[in-house]
Amino acid sequence: MAIRVSLTFFFLFISLNLSSALYEDQVGLMDWHHKYIGKVKQAVFHTQKAGRKRVIVSTEENVIASLDLRRGEIFWRHVLARNDVIDAIDITLGKYVITLSSEGSVVRAWNLPDGQMIWESFLQGSTPSKSFLSIPVNLKIDKDNIIIVFGQGCLYAISSIDGEVLWTKQFTSESLEIQQVFQPVDSDIIYAIGFVGSLKFVSYQINANSGEVIKQSDATFPGGFSGDLAYVSSDTLVALDSTRSILVSLTLQDGDISLHQTHVSDLVEGLFGISSILPSKHTDMFSVKSSSVTVFIRVTGGGNLEVLEKVSQPSAVSDSLAILEGQQAFALVQLHDNKVHLTVKFDNDWSSDLIKERIEIDQQRGLVQKVFINSYIRTDKSYGFRALIVMEDHSLLLLQQGEIVWSREDGLASIIDTSTSELPFAKEGVSVAKVEHNLFEWLKGHVLKLKGTLMLASPDDIVAIQGMRLKNSEKTKMTRDHNGFRKLLIVLTRAGKLYALHTGDGRVVWSVLLPSLRRSDACESPSGLNLYQWQVPHHHAMDENPSVLIVGRCGHGPDAPGVLSFVDSYTGKELSSSSLTHSIAQVIPLPFTDSTEQRLHLLIDAGNRAFLYPRTPEAIDIFEKERPNMYWYSIDDKKNIIKGYALQHNCIEASDSYCFNTKEVWSIIFPTESEKIIACATRKSNEVVHTQAKVVADHDLMYKYISKNLLFTATVAPKAAGEVGSVTPEESWLVVYLIDSITGRILHRVTHHGSQGPVHAVFSENWVVYHYFNLRAHRYEMSVIEIYDQSRADNKDVWKLILGKHNLTAPVSSYSRPEVVVKSQSYFFTHSLKTMAATSTAKGITSKQLLIGTIGDQVLALDKRFVDPRRSLNPTQAEKEEGILPLTDALPIIPQSYISHSIQVEGLRHIITVPAKLESTSLVFAYGVDLFFTRIAPSRTYDSLTEDFSYALLLLTIIGLVAAIFVTWVLSEKKDLRDKWR
Amino acid sequence: MNAFNSIFSFLLLLQYFFCVVPSSLAIPSGTTEGYTINGRVKLEGLGAKGYGLPAKISNAKIILNGGQRVTFLRPDGYFSFHDVPAGTHLIEVAAVGYFFSPVRIDVSARNRGKVQAALTETRRGLTELVLEPLREEQYYEIREPFNVMSLLKSPMGLMMGFMVIVVFLMPKLMENMDPEEMKRAQEEMRNQGVPSLASLLPGGAART
Repeated sequence: MAIRVSLTFFFLFISLNLSSALYEDQVGLMDWHHKYIGKVKQAVFHTQKAGRKRVIVSTEENVIASLDLRRGEIFWRHVLARNDVIDAIDITLGKYVITLSSEGSVVRAWNLPDGQMIWESFLQGSTPSKSFLSIPVNLKIDKDNIIIVFGQGCLYAISSIDGEVLWTKQFTSESLEIQQVFQPVDSDIIYAIGFVGSLKFVSYQINANSGEVIKQSDATFPGGFSGDLAYVSSDTLVALDSTRSILVSLTLQDGDISLHQTHVSDLVEGLFGISSILPSKHTDMFSVKSSSVTVFIRVTGGGNLEVLEKVSQPSAVSDSLAILEGQQAFALVQLHDNKVHLTVKFDNDWSSDLIKERIEIDQQRGLVQKVFINSYIRTDKSYGFRALIVMEDHSLLLLQQGEIVWSREDGLASIIDTSTSELPFAKEGVSVAKVEHNLFEWLKGHVLKLKGTLMLASPDDIVAIQGMRLKNSEKTKMTRDHNGFRKLLIVLTRAGKLYALHTGDGRVVWSVLLPSLRRSDACESPSGLNLYQWQVPHHHAMDENPSVLIVGRCGHGPDAPGVLSFVDSYTGKELSSSSLTHSIAQVIPLPFTDSTEQRLHLLIDAGNRAFLYPRTPEAIDIFEKERPNMYWYSIDDKKNIIKGYALQHNCIEASDSYCFNTKEVWSIIFPTESEKIIACATRKSNEVVHTQAKVVADHDLMYKYISKNLLFTATVAPKAAGEVGSVTPEESWLVVYLIDSITGRILHRVTHHGSQGPVHAVFSENWVVYHYFNLRAHRYEMSVIEIYDQSRADNKDVWKLILGKHNLTAPVSSYSRPEVVVKSQSYFFTHSLKTMAATSTAKGITSKQLLIGTIGDQVLALDKRFVDPRRSLNPTQAEKEEGILPLTDALPIIPQSYISHSIQVEGLRHIITVPAKLESTSLVFAYGVDLFFTRIAPSRTYDSLTEDFSYALLLLTIIGLVAAIFVTWVLSEKKDLRDKWR
Repeated sequence: MNAFNSIFSFLLLLQYFFCVVPSSLAIPSGTTEGYTINGRVKLEGLGAKGYGLPAKISNAKIILNGGQRVTFLRPDGYFSFHDVPAGTHLIEVAAVGYFFSPVRIDVSARNRGKVQAALTETRRGLTELVLEPLREEQYYEIREPFNVMSLLKSPMGLMMGFMVIVVFLMPKLMENMDPEEMKRAQEEMRNQGVPSLASLLPGGAART
């Protein structure tokens, strides 16, 4: 105990130094940063000119990026706001990338080489509508290319040079949706075509210079249109009727529209309905898709349709690409037998293929979802094609000359949930070959390092040192290490793919596209939900692999049936999977494991029934013993109710012995007119707290109130539930509750008047820190609440302890009413937040840091000492010794404590911390569009030597000392001899 | 100290109220509800020294109301938000390498979208919406160059220094001592049997 106390003091002493920062040459030693962009929605190639060939892409993560076509690296990228969704991209003038976003209301131009925004135009419209962007090739006014944009019910012509709106055409009819704009060659007239309502088809001829409507014509189709339209040639279009069984060809001739109907069943036998007309653009042909087949149809004169081919494999079709002499080519990609079949054909010649390639592809990438093609001229003057394909797992691949030139794992930009797994033990004979260099090499390396630390190294040496550090093979080994730094990060992405990343360098160890989370006939739109550690072997760690549980849902909404999948953490093999008959509203990992060390999980369905997993009699036995003590709660933020439940006996209606009914025990109903739940936080269930006692100044003792059942809830005035700037201080308030989730008792309640959300909260040990916006000061604020147990407060008397009159051994019950005292304090904080987390360490001894994901996508580490409610303006000497800082009104932002240093984790969404085996160290994984991993030591690495500890210096010192001993011995011998002669 | 603090904060407050001078920055953009906020970010005179990356204005983001809207800088450093409703808003600048104070923006409904701006960190009002970083951010510790003094000041250095003093100065002190006293001290030492360095070593021990 004495050692512990002295240790605590020791930590307090060392933690007085502000947290350690990084030297610039240490970047990449223990951190890594991977950049991603997300699933590509649209791609535009830029390969005309000599120099760097690139492809501009827009993605579902709302990223616009320029990629190197040779290697797939990112030249530049920008992540737009979440509600500023990119609708379309294009390139104009050969140097600007144009993006249309926010449903056609914002047009931006970006400089192609470096991504600098050149101009931004805001288009004011009234009616929300579909939008599109079109840059007619040969439409020029005074050497300026015109960009035609339809959005918000208006048609705009915008100058490419400065983004000025040249003209606006507001259409009179309310529900007009312009579908397409096209321009016949060599004319100043542009055609705009679209639908009014579902019955009427309209065509406008517009003067490109002024925006005046020259001619307007329309046609009505009594069957109604579905909205799908294929633009086939300058005078023909094909639309789909509302029953999706008739194709209507529309022919425009001198402004008149003639209709021609064709039943789908007449074209293709056995096909009665079409789900959609594929949006890819071709000349004189189009393609339609039904549930199982893709049909290519040619349009001949007079609007007659003719089937070219029926493709039954899952396939993707690209837009047509104009190549020589007005000929157009397009790509068709099919997947079967683990091979991608890429075919490039001319639009007007179905029988011959320009290119037919078969490329072997990783099975875990799934189906091909999109394809974009680009042509180049080979050395023999023939045309070659490169195809950019987007796979089912959101990865992006470039195919050229029958091989994969590069691939990007962009599925990692949309991580849903993460978990960690230990690596296998190093087994004799199996271990990765260890490159043990000889002693001389080792010493040389350390002498170099020594020179580096003494600042005596030449630039060449520095390069050598840096190279030596980075290639350190230790950190990328596939075995467990002594310090617990090497682990597997298991991540589940939105595409339903599971990846295992190595914490050493972030490489993908294995990946698996979960079959149970793939679209199938049984399950139309599956989605992954969460990831849990299913089996973590300790007793049989040498010969059993850990596994994870993936919980998914088949369809949208909380009452869709659930899907479970179990995956081996070392190999990535799906061990088993099951489709459930019940839904999954909540998953509760229980603190019990069975004899095979499988963790018991309770799945709660939408009807509040609990299902126990694994479904074994043994699990039931373990569960039955603990069932009377088990409680859970649900938060309904729509109805503003928090309810607590207890578990009852088996379900009556279902003859399932693993199903349990639940009984409502308590509920807290917040008044809907004044409060709305916006944030909740609980302690991490696996958090370790070292000691309940806290020694404060003058050797006083405080007892932390440590309960796993505390729930932090924040509510705001319904008006203030929106963003900052939508409400005045008088009509907004923030109420914070600490609720005991067993009894439903409110332990503490505090109201912040004139404050509003968004609230980000972290709950750890006996404290909660939350971040919100103070409208009166118009600044963000962070508050801390610490909870102390008062019932144990009088256990300080030594005599009582000796005489046994203390209540330390009295059982702690979650049912009893706790006597708690609460301390709190608030501080200003500069930045908006995206997410917040707290460090966690193996034994909970090390002091804590808050990890703050700022709006600038950086991760800031803030010592918990700054958010300590015992801070005061003038701390006493004793308090200063304890490490209490003088109170300041704002929390300091020390640039060196950004653990992401000069890196931005674009699109940051979440930060997780995992304890390493070494008590001082915590592993941090931050993810969003990018991934960032590092390890931090909130109180410095007091239990191990740092990476740049110079063994050479130590060795030299020892050698020097030994030499000195011998020299002095010889000297003293001589002196003795001299003395004796004297 | 306390009194000084309160006076200081009062002065700050005063400054805050006087500095928020009305300025016409916003242009009403047609409709009654939305106004345009135009502003500029100035990074001139702040070279990117030390922190490894060149200052990239193209990567700076301007964020309205904690992420409700995000825009980027034009080459000349200007930015604008369109269709902003009247009320009090917050603008933040996210640029790696610089620390910007968030800006409180009041868009007045009565004065046709007149904008008042004030830095929330320093409570300084802005006459026009020109945002300058409060400071550059240095994300890395700087390695101290090798220095004999720093080596001496380190605990190891101090220990060594003490040893040197003991080794070289003590004999000098002994020399200055009275020979008789010295003899007595030596006698005492021998009686107590304090081992000499020579006796510690195996050869020396054998000889005595």
